[in-house]
Amino acid sequence: MADASSQIARTVPTRRAGRLREFWKYFSENRGAVIGLYVFAAFAMVAIFADFLAPYDPTTQFRGSELIPPFWQEGGEWAFPLGTDAVGRDMLSRLIHGARFSFFVGIVVVVVAATGGILLGLIAGFAPKWLDTLIMRLMDIILAFPSLLLALVLVAILGPTLLNAMIAIALVLQPHYVRLTRASVINERTKDYVTAARVAGAGYLRTMFVTVLPNCLAPIIVQAALSFSTAILDAAALGFLGMGAQPPTPEWGTMLADAREFVLRAWWVVTFPGLAILVTVLAINLMGDGLRDALDPKLKRS
Amino acid sequence: MSQPIVLAENLGRDYEVGGGLFSKPGIVRAVTETSFSIEAGKTLAVVGESGCGKSTLARLVTLIEEPTAGHLRIGDTEATPENWKKLRTDVQIVFQDPYGSLNLRQKVGAMLEEPLKINRPEMSKAERQAKGREMMRLVGLREEHYDRYPHMFSGGQRQRIAIARALMLEPKLLVLDEPVSALDLSIQSQILNLLLDLQERLQLAYLFISHDLSVVRHVADDVVVMYLGRPVETGPKDEVFDAPRHPYTKALLSATPRAEPGGGRQRIKLQGELPSPLNVPPGCPFAPRCWKAEDICRSDRPRLEGQPHPAACHFPEA
Repeated sequence: MADASSQIARTVPTRRAGRLREFWKYFSENRGAVIGLYVFAAFAMVAIFADFLAPYDPTTQFRGSELIPPFWQEGGEWAFPLGTDAVGRDMLSRLIHGARFSFFVGIVVVVVAATGGILLGLIAGFAPKWLDTLIMRLMDIILAFPSLLLALVLVAILGPTLLNAMIAIALVLQPHYVRLTRASVINERTKDYVTAARVAGAGYLRTMFVTVLPNCLAPIIVQAALSFSTAILDAAALGFLGMGAQPPTPEWGTMLADAREFVLRAWWVVTFPGLAILVTVLAINLMGDGLRDALDPKLKRS
Repeated sequence: MSQPIVLAENLGRDYEVGGGLFSKPGIVRAVTETSFSIEAGKTLAVVGESGCGKSTLARLVTLIEEPTAGHLRIGDTEATPENWKKLRTDVQIVFQDPYGSLNLRQKVGAMLEEPLKINRPEMSKAERQAKGREMMRLVGLREEHYDRYPHMFSGGQRQRIAIARALMLEPKLLVLDEPVSALDLSIQSQILNLLLDLQERLQLAYLFISHDLSVVRHVADDVVVMYLGRPVETGPKDEVFDAPRHPYTKALLSATPRAEPGGGRQRIKLQGELPSPLNVPPGCPFAPRCWKAEDICRSDRPRLEGQPHPAACHFPEA
């Protein structure tokens, strides 16, 4: 008996690591997700260390070096590996700094949308029926608009800056979080452990945030990962339409918009920002899928 | 005779169901006219088939739901919603399913300390922890279990955790809502003996909800037999078990398997289904299934009365 108990005591620390290992086991079964994770990690690194990685300042214009092609093409220079744009700015430096903006947009939008959405969803899940109905119909109205159109209208009202674009995108993405949270809250709150917490004297706030919320987090985390890419994509779209970041900000969507007139003459000014958006969004989506496989107990095979 | 810990008089609970835009809501009488009292150190068992209102009764007594009729008194305090906060520490509950009643994201220690954190804010962290650890020993768990998550435990251990959590506030009354019916037979007896042991040590009053008569026979002092939200027979355990007066009790008892080779009673098979609680027949609710039913049973509802212990039947057994 004593042997058995010391045995159990010794395995405790490894068990917690075991949870993480189990998560990794399910996550790594999906090869796309692992690739996505690596690309995302690289993207994050680039965003954080943009100042050290970029060879030039993203807004410096090199007179006399306008529209230089990438180095492997005729007329290309090693000084500008991915060429320059129409006013002589280094493409590589702009792309690297653009990663920082995209990352920033993703994080801010997800944090704002998730915080608001989780709060509203919790309230809707616990509130009396009339308030629940009010919140959910309001969210339905937001969802009824094409999301980009609604964001466009909001930015048009607030004024075209990157910050306003982020607010608009956060507002558009919010209903998804509200629905997701409310659904899991309603599912969880009928369970006995919630009743037990109430019998122990827990008030509404404690029941909502301490008892129920941690049990609803898994789908919300997945949603957060997936809407990170939506936010980047929407911000780029708004930038392209001139409603997001304004030039000379090296935001990928804005870069695309600036390069529109050179599509036929200088393919590199449109291709590289476009590729950057594509690769980032794809990587995050792949990662999100893997995250769902690993976190959703319904998909788990025992 | 000492003051009862809990006293219920004509307790009732109705629910409105349905009632869409165009239909009138129906009323389900989940519990009606239920009276009982429990003294310290005693166990009152409530038995009956599923849907008879046992769990609703548990929720009423645990102050989760407000009764729609009658009185409930706990200690010296009338249990109205204004007093619920004060009475929380006196009544606690252990649920049937130990897999649903523990929060999977909370460590056992945090779970045990939570009731103290809420109700005894003046207690220090160290005191809370000491108390939690002591309680774990009391229910037969080891101290190193304190920092683990519920998914690392078996069903029986989980039920011990649930019992420990319920006892943290030193309640006077513990409501046990089928505490062993989700467990293995071998674990059942362990948990029951633990409960009996705790009762003796802490002078707890138990309201023991169960459909398992052999378990009830083991733990109860008094028994209430419920049928369709009403008590149909109540009395001391031995009397009810040995000399049931209501035909329903008799049928219930005959349905429990007994370890008597060759002996035992004739099994009484009931005809028909439990009537819908939305539409309770006017007379005795058991009349449609009763083999003794006569006209009076279908028109007049029998009162809970008689000697040696009360039963709600027009033709009780002697």
